Amino acid sequence: MNILETKNISKYFHDPVEFQVLKNISFTVGKGEFLSMIGKSGSGKSTLLYILSTMDTEYQGQLMIDGQIVTGQSNDQLAAMRNQKIGFVFQFHYLLPEFSCLKNIMIPALKLGKYSTKEIESKAYDKLKLLGLEDQALKPASKLSGGQQQRVAIARALINDPLMIMCDEPTGNLDSKNTAIVFDIFKELTSQLGQTIIAVTHDDEFAKNSDRIIEMKDGEIV
Amino acid sequence: MNINADIASTYLFTNKKLTLVAVMGVLLGMSIYIFMNSMLVGFDRTSSESIFKSTAHIRVYKDDILSKPLHQTEGSTSVIINPKVVPASNTIINPNEVVSLIKKNPDVTIVTPQVSATIFYNVGKTQIAGMAIGVIPSEADMMFNIKSTIVEGDFDKMQGNTNAIAIGSGVAEKLSLKINDNINITSSKGVNRNLKVAAIFKTNNSVIDKSKSYINITTAQQLLQENNTYVTDINVNVRDPEKAAKVAPVLTNLTGYKSEGWKEANESLMAAFRMRKIVITFVSYTILIVAGFGIYNILNMTVSQKINDIAILKAMGFKGHDVIRIFLTQALSIGVMGVVSGMIMAAILVTLLKRVYIGGDIGFFPIDYELSKFIQGAIVGMVITFFAGYLPARKAAQVDPVSIFRK
Ligand SMILES: Nc1ncnc2c1ncn2[C@@H]1O[C@H](COP(=O)(O)OP(=O)(O)OP(=O)(O)O)[C@@H](O)[C@H]1O
Ligand SMILES: [Mg+2]
Repeated sequence: MNILETKNISKYFHDPVEFQVLKNISFTVGKGEFLSMIGKSGSGKSTLLYILSTMDTEYQGQLMIDGQIVTGQSNDQLAAMRNQKIGFVFQFHYLLPEFSCLKNIMIPALKLGKYSTKEIESKAYDKLKLLGLEDQALKPASKLSGGQQQRVAIARALINDPLMIMCDEPTGNLDSKNTAIVFDIFKELTSQLGQTIIAVTHDDEFAKNSDRIIEMKDGEIV
Repeated sequence: MNINADIASTYLFTNKKLTLVAVMGVLLGMSIYIFMNSMLVGFDRTSSESIFKSTAHIRVYKDDILSKPLHQTEGSTSVIINPKVVPASNTIINPNEVVSLIKKNPDVTIVTPQVSATIFYNVGKTQIAGMAIGVIPSEADMMFNIKSTIVEGDFDKMQGNTNAIAIGSGVAEKLSLKINDNINITSSKGVNRNLKVAAIFKTNNSVIDKSKSYINITTAQQLLQENNTYVTDINVNVRDPEKAAKVAPVLTNLTGYKSEGWKEANESLMAAFRMRKIVITFVSYTILIVAGFGIYNILNMTVSQKINDIAILKAMGFKGHDVIRIFLTQALSIGVMGVVSGMIMAAILVTLLKRVYIGGDIGFFPIDYELSKFIQGAIVGMVITFFAGYLPARKAAQVDPVSIFRK
């Protein structure tokens, strides 16, 4: 079963000069797949990922997520869909610095509003445990090390049990030990929980060990 | 607590200094707004109170009529005309009828006839010029609240006693008169009367105190050598003095005599009041708007500081109106804190100023806790806060997360 499907996605930037970043991208991603996206700097990986994540809506072509055409949906519909179905991990952690780690993790679930605050809190603790950070739960996010912050950000991406986790260089700021931890977690999520991971990476080792690699060059998949 | 409100309150409490500065801004704006407007109400009240001590809300009298040319039909030859005041008596014909007619108007509360006479108070060979107001004492007291100004004697003794007179304290002093002393007055018609001082009043307006006196209307008619239907003015009070200008034309139509509201009669004073009102309103709104700019600035700053947070929240599924709510909640919380503390501050200022003695016929500083101004201030304050918060909040809602993540 395909969790994500693109048909002829193209994108242009008009400023400073007319420039086609993405050229007729068509591919599918299956449920539970661990997909790596590689390619030279400037080849359009991040641009494609932002389109796949529905945050960028200015493109031609069609995007389907979980059997639904999301192209053309309103911003509010897309936001609700992201909240429920997509988790995000970036190179920078984007944690809210004034909040505790636990609270940071809880925010997407509180927004979703499916469970009570108590249930969400215990789920958030579970995710922290999974990433080996239960002792940091009540510290403000700004008081953690870079590797710890990145793991909290991953825990946050997992809180709503999303269908997909989209990552843009998730291990870009991490040392080899932390990279290995993150990779193992991703592997486990895909194999045991059936979650799908799409990760843009510059780490060849990381990419090689994933299920599938998509390489981009000048806005095309090679 | 809702997650939007949760985030808003966290931003507020982790940025205590900014929050405090914004709240202080609203506090100052709010307190000064309420304070100045309460002061304005106080000023207006004392001003009209002092006017109503000698002026009725509406005065009905016979206006001078100008002679009219005979040829008024169109196409007729124009002739040289020279309009003049028609030499007619200024008495109101059949005053009792007119009074009862006016009384039927539902807005009217008190109707009382009056005859004013220019007189001299005589002491030995000196004469003091003055004005005797012929009234029906009980009705005049209801209208002008004369009893509240009585310092000696009893105004009630005037009732039905054509030999009684109530004089101003200045007159009493100059003529060294005490209660029950006799006083001789001469009218402009040369009529002399001996009257007995029943009461002495003091309005703190020295011009009035040194010249005015109240006598019975019949006494005034006698002084002017007129019969007992001679009435120059009919004084009318209405329920709401502010509506006097609306009721006056109704009375004009009803009676056929000229009716004049107190504002019309005191036009230059009213112009000064209006000017005072414009200045105070302008200044107080300006201060509130400056406070609004404070909130606007601080929220704009917060939005810029939190741009990363906004981007990730939007990525994680917060909608535009969620973001607006987060920042609007902050603004409105600042607004509520500022408004409440501003109201307390205004109450303190009013309490302090209320105790300041000014003197003259004003006494203590004319300011009071004007509930309507407190409410009005709170509403205006919250409206300004809303807009000062909404603009940055909308800007935050329009943040494109992709442009932030690319940096
Ligand atoms: N806002 C923009 N306006 C114009 N051109 C842009 C904009 N953002 C990106 N580009 C261009 O689009 C191309 C693709 O950018 P993108 O960020 O997708 O590359 P990338 O593959 O993620 O590179 P990297 O590996 O360095 O992150 C680049 O040539 C970049 O210069
Ligand atoms: Mg990139």
